[in-house]
Order: sequence, then C-alpha cells, then structure tokens
Amino acid sequence: MDLSETLEEEEFRHRLRAWLREVLPTLPPEPAATDWPGRRAYDRAWQRALHDAGYAGLHWPADAGGRGATPTQHLIFLEETEQAGAPYVGANFVGLLHAGPTIAAEGTAEQRSRWLPPILRGDEIWCQGFSEPEAGSDLAALRTRAVRDGDSYAVTGSKLWTSHAEVADWCELLVRTDPAASRHRGLSWLAMPMDAPGVTVRPLRTLAGSTEFAEVFLDDVRVPVTHRLGAENDGWRVTMVTLSFERGTAFAGEVVACRRTLTRLARAARENGRWDDAVLRRRLGRLNAEFSALWRLTRWNVSEAEHAPHSGRGGVPGTAGSVFKLRYSHARQELYEAAAEVLGPDSLDGGREWTADRLSSLSYTIAAGTSQIQRNIVAERVLGLPKAR
Amino acid sequence: MDFRLTGDQRALQAGMRELLAARFPRERLRALVDGDARTAARPGRELWTALGDAGLFALRLPERDGGAGLGLPEAVLLFEEAGRALLPGPLATTHLAAGLVPGAAEGRRIVTGLDRPGVVAHLAGADAVLLLDGATARALTPGEGNGPDALGATPLRSVDPATPLHRVRDFPPPLGGSSLEVTADASRLHREATLLTAAQQLGSARRTVEMAVEHARHRFQFGRPVGAFQAVQHLCADMHVRAELARVSVYAASVTGDPAEIAGAKLLADSAAIRNASDCLQVYGGLGFTWEVDVHLHLKRAWIHAGEWQSVAEGEEFLANMLLMSGPSETPSDVLAGGLGGDNVAL
Repeated sequence: MDLSETLEEEEFRHRLRAWLREVLPTLPPEPAATDWPGRRAYDRAWQRALHDAGYAGLHWPADAGGRGATPTQHLIFLEETEQAGAPYVGANFVGLLHAGPTIAAEGTAEQRSRWLPPILRGDEIWCQGFSEPEAGSDLAALRTRAVRDGDSYAVTGSKLWTSHAEVADWCELLVRTDPAASRHRGLSWLAMPMDAPGVTVRPLRTLAGSTEFAEVFLDDVRVPVTHRLGAENDGWRVTMVTLSFERGTAFAGEVVACRRTLTRLARAARENGRWDDAVLRRRLGRLNAEFSALWRLTRWNVSEAEHAPHSGRGGVPGTAGSVFKLRYSHARQELYEAAAEVLGPDSLDGGREWTADRLSSLSYTIAAGTSQIQRNIVAERVLGLPKAR
Repeated sequence: MDFRLTGDQRALQAGMRELLAARFPRERLRALVDGDARTAARPGRELWTALGDAGLFALRLPERDGGAGLGLPEAVLLFEEAGRALLPGPLATTHLAAGLVPGAAEGRRIVTGLDRPGVVAHLAGADAVLLLDGATARALTPGEGNGPDALGATPLRSVDPATPLHRVRDFPPPLGGSSLEVTADASRLHREATLLTAAQQLGSARRTVEMAVEHARHRFQFGRPVGAFQAVQHLCADMHVRAELARVSVYAASVTGDPAEIAGAKLLADSAAIRNASDCLQVYGGLGFTWEVDVHLHLKRAWIHAGEWQSVAEGEEFLANMLLMSGPSETPSDVLAGGLGGDNVAL
C-alpha cells in the first residue's frame, strides 16, 4: 500500500500545473449552456490547446496517437484540470472516451488514421447511437436495421439519449445486421457521418430545461461498409470494449469537484446560519467521509488497472467501475439534497447554480447503466450470485 | 503510486487467517457464546499468548525491542482478520500498550482501555487499563490497589456474549497516586485505537457479505436459489459497495495517518459493519434471527465497536468541522466548474 507519487508522476503534475496556469487565463469566456455552436467551438478550441501542448489522448496507447500515459498520470490529469478550473471534455466526451478508444482497439490501420487524429486535435465531434426507444438497459434488444446493399449499408431506425447529436460530425452506431440471429449476435458497429441524407436530429429537453441530448431518426441512411468496425455481427463485443472505458476513471475529476462543492456548502451554511442545525451538519460530515472514500476508491482502481496484466489501455475492470458508480451517483444526489437544505427557500430558484446541479444530478443513477443494472452486475459478476431472470 | 497490497502484506494477512483458523476456529467462538456467560468473561490466556507469540501486539515495535518493525497498514490488515473471525478481547488496546505496559507486547498482559467514563469491554479479565482521556496516556496496572479495580466499575449484562462489559462512572483524578503516567501521546494512541477498531469493523463487514452470498446461493425457494432474485441480489450488491468503500478508507487512513481520514474510515466502517450485519440477517430470513447462526454475533460486536473511541455523531461532527478548516479557497473558476456545462453524462 503506497499512496506516494513517483518522481515521474510528481514531475508530470508540476509540468501540467504550470501549463494550466499559463493557458487558462487566455481562454475566452465559457459560452451559455444553450449556445450549441458556441459550445462546440469552445470545446474544440480547448481540445486543440491540449493537443498542441501534448496532453491529447493522454491515456490512449502511443500507437493510436495517444501519449501512452499511465492510468495514474491520467488520474493526475483529471485532478489537476479540475482543480485549476479548466474546461471539461464537453463535446469531445464520446470521441475521447468511447468511440476513439474503441477504434484504437478494434479498427484497421486505415480506420485508425482516418478517425483518430481528428478526435485528438478536436477537429471532429462524435456522438453515441446505442440506446433506442425499446432498448435502454436492455441494449441488445435494439431494432435499428442495417441492410447490406453492395458496398454500403442502408440504415433505418431511431436512436435515443444521443448526447451532443446536434453538434456531432460522426455517430458511433450500433445496428442490427442479422435479424435472424439471437439478440447480441446479430449486431454491428458503424461509424455514421451525421450529415448523411436521411439523418434527422430532434433535441430532447431534459427536466433541467436543457437540451443535452437528442433523438436521432435514421431513414435509409447509407453508410459505407468500410465504416464498420470489426466483423459483421461482432458489434456487441466491439461495443463492450467501449463500455468498459465508460465506467473507469471518467468521474475522477467530478469527485474532486464534489469535494470542493462540499467545502463551499459548509461555508455557505456557516454564513447563513444553517450550520446550527446538527442534522444538516452531520450530513455534511458524513458526505465528507463518502467523497473522501470515493476519491480513494478511484486511486485503488487506478492502481489495479496500472498493474493489471493487460494494462496500458487506461481502463479499469468494468465491475470495479460499477461499484464506484453505484456509490458515486447516489452520493452526488445526496450532496445536492444537502445543498438544497443549505439554500433553504432559495433552492427553489432555478437560476441558482446548486439548484441546476441538483436537477442534473438526477440523471446520474440512470445514465451509463442504471443503479439497478449496476447492482445486477455486482451481484452476478463480483459476488457470483446466480443469474436472475 | 501503487495502492495495492504488497506481496509481504498479502502473506501477513494469509498468515493471520491461518493462525486464527487454528487458534480460534468457529467452534471456539461458539463455545464462548453457547456456554455460561461467566466463563466467557476472559478471552483466554493461552489464546492471548499465542497472539503475542505470533507478533500481533509487538508488530509495530522496533526490531531491537523484540517487535517486527512494521507499520499501521500491516496492523490494519491483521485487525481486519481479527474482526472477520470475531476474535474477542481488547486487541487494539493491548496492541497499543506494547512497549508501554510490560508484558503487553508478548501477550502476557491483557490490556483494555477507554477514553471517557462509560462502557468498557473485558475489564474483569484485564491486567491493566489504558486511560486515554487527557493529553498524556495513563495506565492502571496491578499492585498497590492501582489495577483495574481502581475504576470502581459495575458489570452489566453485555448484549454480545463474547464481550463482557462494565460501566465506569468516574475516572481517577489525572495525577493521583492510583494512576501511572506512560510516556505516550494520548491523541496519537486514540487515533490508532480508532483506526484499529475500524479495521475490525471492516473485517466483520466483509465477512457478512460472504455469509449472505453463501446463503443466497444455497437456500432454495420457489424452485431456485434465493440469490437468483433481484431483490436479494441488490441487497447483497449494496453490502459489497459499503464494504469496498470502508476498505479503501481504512487502508488509505492507515497509510496517511491523517486524522480526518481515520475519522472517515471509522464512520464508514461502523456503518458498513452494522448495516451489512443487518442486511445479512435479512438475507438469512428466519434463520438469521436464531442464536445458532453467527449473524447476530457480528451485529452485536459491531454495535459495541461503533461506540468505542469515536461514535457516529462524533465522527460526523468532526468531519463537518474539517470542511470549514481545510480546502482551497474559492476562485471564480470554482463557480464556473460547478455549472451546467460541466456535466458530461453519456447516455
């Protein structure tokens, strides 16, 4: 058990910190949440800055254009950028954390050279077309059909909860290529250009009032066969490579942010007198322990990933990610429940930062695998309980 | 950074598990709890000496003083094993008394302890008592009326049959003739007692997950194992999550020794031990309510440990106050960072 950083890790942290100190004051003001073209431009510019400074695709393997950084270095990157108040990955999320690593792991040389460099430079934005109206937690039930027609597929169907669809150039699409095969077996992974004829994007308004994601309708969209990753009907396995990244260190920066929010909550409560309420005070104290534990759990998972036999992909075992996500998503909701207690009647003011965050926190126990699905995973794959029906 | 256990640490952990399997198998525990309550009052000299011989108490003493020269992380791993096996006795205080009270390091003296008037475990069977109420630790040792009797304690009927309890109404005056100052920082000893108790809670919390899973796999109802029902699975999954967060907290606190991390570790380990034992009881159903199944022993021991050194309320209050004292000052970028644009939720 060693929590100290190596000399290399310390150097990495200091170099990054110095660069952030230099670059952050030069950034333009962050665009409004509703200004999608503005957000796209802002997120692309930040990714370009990271790229030019050598921080793009930090955790990607070197042969995919990444920096081949260790999982610990990636963790340091997430912590330092969060501490410094740097922009979030934003619209580059799917490209950098899902589509990119999948292409790096499963793509041909041509596919890698076509798609990976623009992701790293921030030139092209990706979105994810997995879920459907009838395929949420049960992803393998998806119905969007891709029919082979010469050297292209004709894709028809609809996708749901597609983040950043409005500003994306590409969509990593999971489709059914063999309707006769059972569930998982007849699926394929395709890269679909979002400007292809037949693609219609309809923004979905979330309960927070924002349009963070969209419904995507596909009407006889032509996708070249060369845009398929992996073999035909092998899309489920290809996709699972992606999903294991999703539950890895993706939330490390957010835990740091939550710990700072907690400190701010305590100060605000002290100022407005709510601190005198022992029940609230003790809730904040317990959350302090919870977020500290989540931060340590991330470090444990990263240590496991770094020294696992197949390290270097920057991922952690999906099951460890499930344990983390289960606790984190609920702790985040508890944090903003406590924030509402601190704010009192002001918590009903939708213009308040903590009220907006309270609303958005409601998605955490649903997105990227509901808490119920995560519990199934923990029960069956970690604890070895019999498969439920 | 490599937070994982080293090979030596894993070997130490395995060694302790083997030792306990040989010296304190389940039959010994059952004999303690199924027998006459009065015979259970003493953890047993022979067991204590065996633990001393194995180095449990002298673990952190320098090698020149007959110790193993190891640190808190190693101690925590051994105490986790003790908690897992429900090993009775004042383990943490005897461990802390090594080097302070003669004979404690070798397991020839049984040393209990407490930090305020209230309830104390294993007083009747103890040779000495550590008092951690002030800045400097004190030890009540036998001879000239200075022993545990000086506390004037009265027995109470302990909820845990393997942990006899006494109620202490008053401490002897700080610098009286009946007390003996030992040259040790009481606040350090207090923190370490808190952490080692948390480690025992962790061991219990992880054990009850195993017990619940084991039962859920083999108990059939409606023609299938009850563990195939999601209602039961989710109970078990939540138990595992609780135990995991307690585990990384206890391990990290043992590495850093940070007071806030120790407080958090105790808080989470207490909750994990109590709630996991309760949930385990639920998974066992009617059997869980019986004396013959060990679940209630985990729950009762967890209740006792939860009241030792740091109560839930104290831990939460301490950690709340730490929020006001630490943390970076707020900058304008903090406000931006918390905004809506920061939520990268992929669906």
